Amino acid sequence: MSSRLLLALPYFTVVVLIVLGLAVMLSKRNVIKILMGVCLMESAVNLFLVATGYRHDAVAPIFTNVPAGPMALPTVQALTLTSIVIGVATSAMMLSFAMVIYRKYGTTDIQKIQKLKG
Amino acid sequence: MRNVLFSAILLLFFGGLTYLAVDLPFGAPRATDMDDYFIRNAQAQTGANNVVTAIVFDFRGFDTLGEATVLFTAVLGVGMMFRKLKEGEEYEND
Amino acid sequence: MKMTKIVRTTADLFFPFCLVFGLYVVVHGHLTPGGGFQGGAVMATGTALLLVARAYDDVTGRIRKGAMKACEATGLMLFLLAGLGGLFHGRAFLGNWLAQAGGLFGNRVELGANAGDLYTGGLIPLLNFGVGIEVLGGLTVILLYMLSGIKEEKK
Repeated sequence: MSSRLLLALPYFTVVVLIVLGLAVMLSKRNVIKILMGVCLMESAVNLFLVATGYRHDAVAPIFTNVPAGPMALPTVQALTLTSIVIGVATSAMMLSFAMVIYRKYGTTDIQKIQKLKG
Repeated sequence: MRNVLFSAILLLFFGGLTYLAVDLPFGAPRATDMDDYFIRNAQAQTGANNVVTAIVFDFRGFDTLGEATVLFTAVLGVGMMFRKLKEGEEYEND
Repeated sequence: MKMTKIVRTTADLFFPFCLVFGLYVVVHGHLTPGGGFQGGAVMATGTALLLVARAYDDVTGRIRKGAMKACEATGLMLFLLAGLGGLFHGRAFLGNWLAQAGGLFGNRVELGANAGDLYTGGLIPLLNFGVGIEVLGGLTVILLYMLSGIKEEKK
């Protein structure tokens, strides 16, 4: 079991990151900290996608002066690129929501905001 | 009590995901037909050396158009949130 | 908020190099690692550096919000127009009608490992450039909006 876990170490890192992100998102009450949890899960998904496409002793799929040998899978890398850009867009939106919330309510604690509502 | 329940659920989740992760093959992906096709034909069909760019902008170009639109919309949304306030309009906290 | 003179001078010095390096990554997107999004992000890093080192009002003279918005819209329009061009050449929308055709960016590429020729790739360098401009404009506008929000907070 432990040797197989070591073989799949990147996937194990992904699992740890996803669980940490979920724990942060569910247990913290500060909006900024929840946002950090979301970003952690995003990074975990990116790492998972890149790890899926790795081949042993492979080079990056770029033909400019490439040494001979197998190439890593390019499709997952393209999808990771898409995912990173979407992540930047959503992070910007969430951060500006946090700033507007702070300006309107004077706090970033979600439970206090619920009490102040109305 | 709530904390214990929360931790237990998280541990259960962690165990389940680890069980799934151990079975995944790292370094030797199983289904590679599509990627092999891209690596073999990207240069001939698009003329670009960088296969990742060839996929992003040519084979999956429509996807990238949507991605650029998402970025554009996000900028519009941020601009909407930080708009100049009208005369007499104020945030409650100010 | 203003940093010390050392930080400000270093930021001023690094700003043009950031832009040039980002442009390099964008233009060589079809030959080396990188592309429109990454190069645009590098260019936006230069403006972020300037924004961090200097006060907001100092920077607005050099980086104008209106110009950056125009950059962003121009990038997306370039992307759409380059894609629409395929319809007039008997291809689908975003079909690569410039590749291997001998014209602009239309040189034949050697198959397999080669040294890399800038004038290959057909539509891909154009789309790279459009996306690069769009990302530069978009990220800079987001940064400017957020920092202008902070400035109102201090008042």
